[in-house]
Amino acid sequence: MRELLTTLSEKLHSGEISSVELTESYIKAIEKDNAELNAYVHTTFDYARECARRADEMLKGGNAGALCGIPMALKDNICSDGHETTCCSKILKGFKPYYDATVWEKLRAEGAVLLGKVNMDEFAMGSTSESSCYGAPLNPRNTAHVTGGSSGGGAAAVCANLAPYSLGSDTGGSIRQPASYCGVVGLKPTYGAVSRYGLIAYGSSLDQIGPLTNGVADAAMVFDAIKGVDPHDDTSVDYDFGSVAASLKNDIKGMKIGIAEEYFDGINPTIKDAIMSAVKFYEANGAEIVNVKLPVLKQSLPVYYIIACAEASSNLGRYDGIRYGYRPEHYEDIDDMIYRTRSEGFGKEVQHRIILGTYVLSSGYYDAYYKKACLLRNDIIQSFDNIFNECDILIAPTAPTTAPTLGYNGASAVEMYLSDICTVPVNIAGLPGVSLPCGRDENGLPIGMQILGRKFSESVILNAAYFYEQNAPAPIDEYEGGAEI
Amino acid sequence: MKYEMVCGIETHIELATATKIFCNCTTAFGGSPNTHCCPVCTGQPGSLPILNRKVVEYAVRAGLAVNCTINNNSHMDRKNYVYPDLPKAYQISQFDEPVCENGYITLDSGKKIGITRIHIEEDAGKLVHEAGSTFIDYNRGGVPLIEIVSEPDISTPEEAREYAEKLQLIMRYVGVSDCKMQEGSMRCDVNLSLRPAGTTEFGTRTETKNINSLSNIVKAMNKEIERQEDLLESGGHVVQATMRYDANTDEIYPMRTKENSDDYRYFPDPDILRFTIPQDFVDKTKAELPELPDAKLKRYVDELGLPEVTAREIYKYRRVSEFLDAAVANGAGAKNTANLIIGGIYSTLETEEDKEKFNIKISPKQMAELVKLMDGKKINKNKGQETLLKMLESGKDVSEYIKAEDTAGISDAELEKICAAAAEANADAVEQVRAGNDKAINVIFGYVMRETRGKADMGKVNRIIRQLIG
Repeated sequence: MRELLTTLSEKLHSGEISSVELTESYIKAIEKDNAELNAYVHTTFDYARECARRADEMLKGGNAGALCGIPMALKDNICSDGHETTCCSKILKGFKPYYDATVWEKLRAEGAVLLGKVNMDEFAMGSTSESSCYGAPLNPRNTAHVTGGSSGGGAAAVCANLAPYSLGSDTGGSIRQPASYCGVVGLKPTYGAVSRYGLIAYGSSLDQIGPLTNGVADAAMVFDAIKGVDPHDDTSVDYDFGSVAASLKNDIKGMKIGIAEEYFDGINPTIKDAIMSAVKFYEANGAEIVNVKLPVLKQSLPVYYIIACAEASSNLGRYDGIRYGYRPEHYEDIDDMIYRTRSEGFGKEVQHRIILGTYVLSSGYYDAYYKKACLLRNDIIQSFDNIFNECDILIAPTAPTTAPTLGYNGASAVEMYLSDICTVPVNIAGLPGVSLPCGRDENGLPIGMQILGRKFSESVILNAAYFYEQNAPAPIDEYEGGAEI
Repeated sequence: MKYEMVCGIETHIELATATKIFCNCTTAFGGSPNTHCCPVCTGQPGSLPILNRKVVEYAVRAGLAVNCTINNNSHMDRKNYVYPDLPKAYQISQFDEPVCENGYITLDSGKKIGITRIHIEEDAGKLVHEAGSTFIDYNRGGVPLIEIVSEPDISTPEEAREYAEKLQLIMRYVGVSDCKMQEGSMRCDVNLSLRPAGTTEFGTRTETKNINSLSNIVKAMNKEIERQEDLLESGGHVVQATMRYDANTDEIYPMRTKENSDDYRYFPDPDILRFTIPQDFVDKTKAELPELPDAKLKRYVDELGLPEVTAREIYKYRRVSEFLDAAVANGAGAKNTANLIIGGIYSTLETEEDKEKFNIKISPKQMAELVKLMDGKKINKNKGQETLLKMLESGKDVSEYIKAEDTAGISDAELEKICAAAAEANADAVEQVRAGNDKAINVIFGYVMRETRGKADMGKVNRIIRQLIG
């Protein structure tokens, strides 16, 4: 049965369980269940045991942090020293970074235990995790369905209790959407709130690392541990959040909740109903509902795909087979080697986006696509600024549907891109957003509700989420299985 | 037909910052391959650049020294292209908001060569071809560069040389780079085209890359002018191309043609925030610029009274000119100082690089003490040089070699006595001089110099002896 981080932390600190015991129970669960779920793509059990022993020492020492001794999983695009990190791409197979991402450096220092790297869409490009070179992870709620993506492995691991929490990355919804499909909590922090150093880049101006957890307070706890300005990331921001976990009050009286009808266009009616009843619940508990307009929403998708692909086409240029990763056995000369490395090493979706990004940056097209997208981006930022003058948070669905069945990747690329409509706007504007479970559809699949706020308002959106989680008639669904604690 | 040349030069200069432009690795030249590297400068997945503020400061200083305006707002762009020495497949450079714009350099003729822009960027690694394989050394990767782009104002190879030489000297004066063309810390790319004399439309240009010495600029340009002229004369046309000049064979040949213009897909680097260069910082930097070469040369001639040839020999090495200035500030006369430097110190410094480094054992103050003896005619030129060489060897003060009593001075009466003794002791020489062999007088002079331990004023000695001999 899943335990919240807050509970695990108490048990570890009181000495009720040791980190070594806890870690072994997760290792056992992964060995049992991962073959089916395919959540982990690389495990680091020896290292996990070493981390656990060190954590137990720290716990005995008496000044250990809240996450000390608790096992966790990193998305396969977050670097840790000496551990294979591949972005689930053939082109990076065998790549072992010799440096830690700042987020892992922080967690490691706090005594976190790394169980392994979890599955994802190749280079985080996708919405189902089916473009992983290791095959798709399965949704623990119903294994005929996808986990969502791109942080699908992390959502599956947390949902199936193969990790108490996981770190994912969110460029256009890659934390929130799989959280919603798997019925867990996913926080995409404000751009700059968490260092990107060591996160293998997809769309640099959009990427942000955040937690996938079983509860809202857990998300706050992990966010507190990884947030903060980093001298290795120029785009990280020195913002004094205080302790977000300590700020959760279970009180939303007087909160102004904005509803933008544009977010509900083309949304599955069951999902719409679930979200609207959550809104009614808030209203009944003292929140004020404000109707707002967000006409720029429909521009979000093209803006997102132009900017993300443009940046990706440049970020992924370095995978040439020269310094690390995949290199073909036979080639004629250096140009041929690079050509073959990239043709054979990158999957179809990644190649699509590189080509699209190269095109929109090319001379003659730059002004019509990239430059225009940047101008529209400013409009979108402005629109959100205006909206958050009228309300404190926005509530919206996380995705237009619940988790589709596997094979969705076979649908047209455009159809898949359209499913990102609810999640990409906050990435474009650099805002924080959290997805939390909000009931189930007629097939028993989880529905996700998204709460969005102004920059650096993690405390505000997590408070709203926490209130719903603690008091709503449909709490988080229980999942039987995974680690026995 | 008569043609005239149109030429602009792009100069890459490695900045002398201690660390690289986006990480803390050393910029030291050389080192075992791939030892001055880290995840950032080798473009490892997940690494991020942090702009070294010193690089911006150096670029501002460079820009102000060549009369540029400084953009108070600037940002870095990505220049995307694929080459194995470029580990990210993009170079972080600047496209539309360079640090500096609109400057110029004035040639000795008074003609101004415009400087379009100066931007900052990272250097690439180096390919090393060995035993049939190619290796890559990324030590140079991420070393900060400024690229200085001139207007197409240059009309002759000699002007190009002068432009590059002045640029080199100015950059050395303001301390942003050692500008060693041989080591590649200054590299010139020459854009050159011809057009019928008197017309205004530009012809098709070629770019000759990485010329590694000032004299090769002239040679390469003469070759390229000749080549383009031959082409045009024979009814052909110039194809836009990148050329390489081989100094060993004095040949120029195309490396690659550029039928399609390169598309670098520049866009703002999302990893590096826009940055501001506050005006008060610009003003402060401007106020703190050292005296620049042209001003220094003018002062040496106009105020210190040095002959221009002498002044040029001093001003062309920054450290030498600083040494002379400091010696003069310590009371030394400029002429004697300059002559001692050129006649004495330079004889111990074999190469241009030695003079550039000017690593000598004595301080300007020690130099001044010696020169003051010469200025006061306490010792003569030969004694001065001789002593200087000893001081350079040991690093000791002049007092070590010339005692107070040595410089007490010789009265005229005493000098006449010594001269008389000299004539008497060298009767043969006296006879020879009288017989018309004037050179023989040197023997007598030598006697006097020995007796007076070099203190005697040779003018006076000459006069006395000639009187004696009659």
